[in-house]
Amino acid sequence: MAVQARMSRDVGPLPSVGSDGGLMRFGADQSLRLDSRARLGGLEIAYRTYGQLNADRSNAVLVCHALTGDQHCAGEHPTTGKPGWWNRVIGPGLPLDPDKLFIICSNVIGGCMGSTGPASVNPDTGKVYGLNFPVITIADMVRAQAMLVDALGIETLFAVVGGSMGGMQVLQWAADYPERLFSAVCIASAPRHSAQNIAFHEVGRQAIMADPDWRAGAYAEQGARPEKGLAVARMGAHITYLSESALQRKFGRELQRDGLSWGFDADFQVESYLRHQGAAFVDRFDANSYLYITRALDYFDLAQGHGGVLANAFAQARNVRFCVLSFTSDWLYPTAESRMIVKALNAAAARVSFVEIESDKGHDAFFLDEPVFHGALRGFLDSAAAARGL
Amino acid sequence: MTTTSREDFREILRLVRPGSRVLEIGCGEGGLLELLANEKGVDGRGLEISAAGVTACLARGLAVVQGDADGDLADYPADAFDYAILSQTLQQMRDPRRVLTELLRIAERAIVSVPNFGHWRVRWSLLANGRMPMTRDLPDPWWSTANIHLCTLRDFTDLCAGLGVRIEASAALTRDRPARQMEPSRFMENLRAEQALFLLSRPGQRAPDPRNMPDAKPAAVSDDLFAR
Repeated sequence: MAVQARMSRDVGPLPSVGSDGGLMRFGADQSLRLDSRARLGGLEIAYRTYGQLNADRSNAVLVCHALTGDQHCAGEHPTTGKPGWWNRVIGPGLPLDPDKLFIICSNVIGGCMGSTGPASVNPDTGKVYGLNFPVITIADMVRAQAMLVDALGIETLFAVVGGSMGGMQVLQWAADYPERLFSAVCIASAPRHSAQNIAFHEVGRQAIMADPDWRAGAYAEQGARPEKGLAVARMGAHITYLSESALQRKFGRELQRDGLSWGFDADFQVESYLRHQGAAFVDRFDANSYLYITRALDYFDLAQGHGGVLANAFAQARNVRFCVLSFTSDWLYPTAESRMIVKALNAAAARVSFVEIESDKGHDAFFLDEPVFHGALRGFLDSAAAARGL
Repeated sequence: MTTTSREDFREILRLVRPGSRVLEIGCGEGGLLELLANEKGVDGRGLEISAAGVTACLARGLAVVQGDADGDLADYPADAFDYAILSQTLQQMRDPRRVLTELLRIAERAIVSVPNFGHWRVRWSLLANGRMPMTRDLPDPWWSTANIHLCTLRDFTDLCAGLGVRIEASAALTRDRPARQMEPSRFMENLRAEQALFLLSRPGQRAPDPRNMPDAKPAAVSDDLFAR
């Protein structure tokens, strides 16, 4: 690839012989064009790969992560030591098998796990971007992923797979690069952010911005961290990832200690759990990244760029094999949203399959032990692989 | 050529034009769709109500959407398919008339099979026992049967006439026996046919194009479709 000559890579052997990823740096002449019309220069994309790219480069899979996810979708997280967020899906003998597939996962732009984002240093000023980072969109994230896929020397992807925000990236891929996809799997996602989705995100953003340590976004320069605001944002969001029945089953009205405190300590186990979720989150996530990525989600409306008709977004995707999956108890991106996608794909005469998985675990079910979900995913991917000759 | 033992599948395979676009409603685990793809090179899609059925279809590489005919046919655009197939489930729909109309909106032709409530065994069962008939084709008691809108052959042909739907071909199906071409409006057929399979086309549609008809010579268009 001509484009590869202009790359410099930090770690890992050549991707064509299989690697564990690293940091892809793009030259100043390869700035990323953004939907906001701004350009992002000195782009860096942190990514990880699993398995080997085959000789005819036909077995590459792009896994797209969700809002607070990262490129470490399988194996062990290098800094936390925790298992990858999709260890139940990616691994030998699992639906995405690195013994057969070359699996790529990259941190989205705007993120804080190594790809260029608001915590990165602006090459033009030598300072951390903070709020000078341009507002980005799902389409911008996908454009950056396409640059990475190009740089890895891959023309077409066997599959692009993702849940939640990752599913939106999958849909954006199908709209923007249909000729580069053989199959697409969109899980627990939506074709646009609803008023309720935006409303929850706004609460999270306001929590961050209300923290005095946010410092109008310049906390990094001033040696501060808006941890309280970010933790509250996470606590609120985390509720939307679960379901009432799952919360009730797990915590009910159980208390942390014997008796009530008659004060505002975390009396209930569910309070303690949420506080823990918030506290753990601030250790690994950047507050400004949270603002930018939630904004990208709120701006997502795939039909909007296609005359308001979602089916038009998929007009060129007729040859892509689609699999859309939703969960019964997901109230963040309910099944009705997935059905909108399916309806549009049908109207576009695309080849679509859809299953609603019975689960009481809410939106986060796609991370969890859900055998029916994994069976559906495996069946779809295995038969697509057979059709692809893999 | 055919490897199925189900006579209704055999008949459907005979009726469907090679390489056509087919939507099967209630496709179960995808047995018919797979046959149609393998033997007729059909571009098949399915609609299936159970998650287990859809999952089985996915593993077969079939494109199947979870949903039900009562609610989800409206999501398909008009003229998206050459054939819409509804096998032995019309009588389970909440609104069979609307489903039939929808099938012929989505597809140029519909292939529909129904159990015949006018069959002599059914009539005899009611007459002799004074209870809701239970036969080998209608094995469940009234309180658990999924068949909420049973009809006789005469009822079905009346409905088609009312909708202006053209019956291009029809066959009587009896378990473990080859399908038999029939004239569904005949009194005797309403007694003899246990199941009936119909090839339907839209109101006002031209006579079928012989080139579209499988296994049929241009001279033998409509009634000979089921001829052996």
